[in-house]
Amino acid sequence: MIEFVDVNKWYGEHHVLRNVNERVERGEVVVVCGPSGSGKSTLIRTINRLEPIDRGRILVGNADVNDQHASVNDLRSGIGFVFQQFNLFPHLSVKDNIALAPVNVHRRSRKEAVDRAMLLLDKVGLVHKADAFPAQLSGGQQQRVAIARALAMDPPVMLFDEPTSALDPEMVGEVLQVMKQLANEGMTMICVTHEMGFARDVANRVWFIADGEVLERSPPSEFFTAPKHPRAQKFISDIRG
Amino acid sequence: MLDILSEYGFLLLVGQFPNGPLGGVALTLVMSVAALLLAFPVALAVAIARTSPIPAIHRAASVYVTAVRGLPLLLIIFWAYFVLPLVTGMTTSASVTVVCALVIYEGAYLGESIRAALEALPRGQTEAARSLGMTYRSTMTKVIIPQALFNCLPSMMNQFVLIVKNTSLAYIIGSQEVTFSANSINAQLLTKPFEVYFILAGIYFVVCFSLSRLAKAIEHRVVRKRLGQQTRQSDPNSSLVRAPS
Repeated sequence: MIEFVDVNKWYGEHHVLRNVNERVERGEVVVVCGPSGSGKSTLIRTINRLEPIDRGRILVGNADVNDQHASVNDLRSGIGFVFQQFNLFPHLSVKDNIALAPVNVHRRSRKEAVDRAMLLLDKVGLVHKADAFPAQLSGGQQQRVAIARALAMDPPVMLFDEPTSALDPEMVGEVLQVMKQLANEGMTMICVTHEMGFARDVANRVWFIADGEVLERSPPSEFFTAPKHPRAQKFISDIRG
Repeated sequence: MLDILSEYGFLLLVGQFPNGPLGGVALTLVMSVAALLLAFPVALAVAIARTSPIPAIHRAASVYVTAVRGLPLLLIIFWAYFVLPLVTGMTTSASVTVVCALVIYEGAYLGESIRAALEALPRGQTEAARSLGMTYRSTMTKVIIPQALFNCLPSMMNQFVLIVKNTSLAYIIGSQEVTFSANSINAQLLTKPFEVYFILAGIYFVVCFSLSRLAKAIEHRVVRKRLGQQTRQSDPNSSLVRAPS
C-alpha cells in the first residue's frame, strides 16, 4: 500500500531522513514514535508530498508520490491527512468544512456533499455541531471534525501527525476513540503519536525513529516490553518516567 | 458660519447639480467609491502576484508597488492628467483622471494590505486545503482569500478613508469636488476663510468618521457570526479577533 524506498531528505546540512526503507500493507496500522526532532513529522509529510524528498522513492498504491508528471492533487485527494493543529477553516461552518473538498475536488453536488458530511459527523459524534463554526468547538471536537473532513474524500489511507498533542488531556480520549474505530473498520493508517496506550491497543507495528533513521520496527507487544535497539530502550524508559 | 451653510450648503453638497455637473460632497463620494471599487480588483491581483510562487509575476508586482510607493500621489495625478489623453486619444474629465490616479495609487497600497493579510494566515490553512487535493486556485479562492479579506477589512476601510481625503487633491486639476466648492465659496466671500475651511474640515471629518464607524459595525457582525451569537460585543479594542485556526 505504502512503500518507502531508500528515502533521504536534507534541510540544508541537516540530514532529516536517512535511508528509509519501509512498507505498510493494506489495513495495517503503524504508529511512528521517537524523540522530538527525530523526523517523524517530516516522514509522514513526505507521503502526500507536503515535504519533497531529495533521494529515493515513495509509492502509495501504485503511484510514485514524487512523479512530477502525475497530478499531486489526485494523489493528495486519496490520502487523508490530520494535523496536530486541526487546521479547520475558521470561516466555514462545520458541515461546510467537511463538504468543501468533495464539492471542489470530486465535483459532488452541494446537497450530496452535505448529506455525506452529516453521516460522517454522526460517525464522530458531532451531528449537533453541524452548523457551528470551528471557534465554537473544543479542541477535541475540532480534531474530530478534521478527521471527518479527511474521511469525506474516501481516502484508502489516513495519516495522523500528532493528532492529540495540541489537546487538553481530557480531550485526548474522544479523538483516540474515533481513531480506534477507524482502525477496527480496516483503514490503513500511519499515526505519529506519543499515545503509547493507543499504540499498544491498535497498532500492528511500531516504528521507532531517531535522527531520521527508522531504528526499530516491531509489534507493539515486543516494542514496549523488549525493545532491541539501545535508543529505543532509552526512549521507552524515558516515557515510562 | 450658519449663513454660509444656508447660502452655499447646496453647492457644498452637490455642486451645480442639477443645473450643471455633479460636484461637492456628492462628487467626492462618487469618486471615492469608484476609486475603491476599481482599485480593489487591482489590489487583489497585486497581492496574489506578490505572494505568487512564480518569480516573474512576483517581481513584476514588486516593481509596481515599489514604484508607486516612491511617488507622491500628486505626481501620479499630474501624470494621469497629461498622459491619459495621449494614451487613450480622448480628453478625460478631471474627475475621471483623478479616479484613475487613485486606482494606480491605491492598487499598490491596498494590495500591500491584502498581501499582509494573505501572509498572516497560518500555513496550516493552505496545507489543509492542499492535503484534501484542492488546487492552488481553489485553495486561494475558497480558503485563503475569503479569510484574508475579512481579516483586512479594517485596513481596507482605513484605505477607503484615505481615498476620501486624497480626492481633495483633485481640485488642483479642476475637478469640482467638495474642496473645489469650498475654494470657490472662499473666493466669493473673500473675508471668511476660517469659517469656510472650518466647514470643509467638518464635512471631511463627518464623512470619514462615519465610515470608520461603519467599518467597525461590519466587522463586529462577521466576528459575532463566527464566534456564535452569545459572545463578543464588549471590548472595542479587541474587535480584530482572529478566529483560531
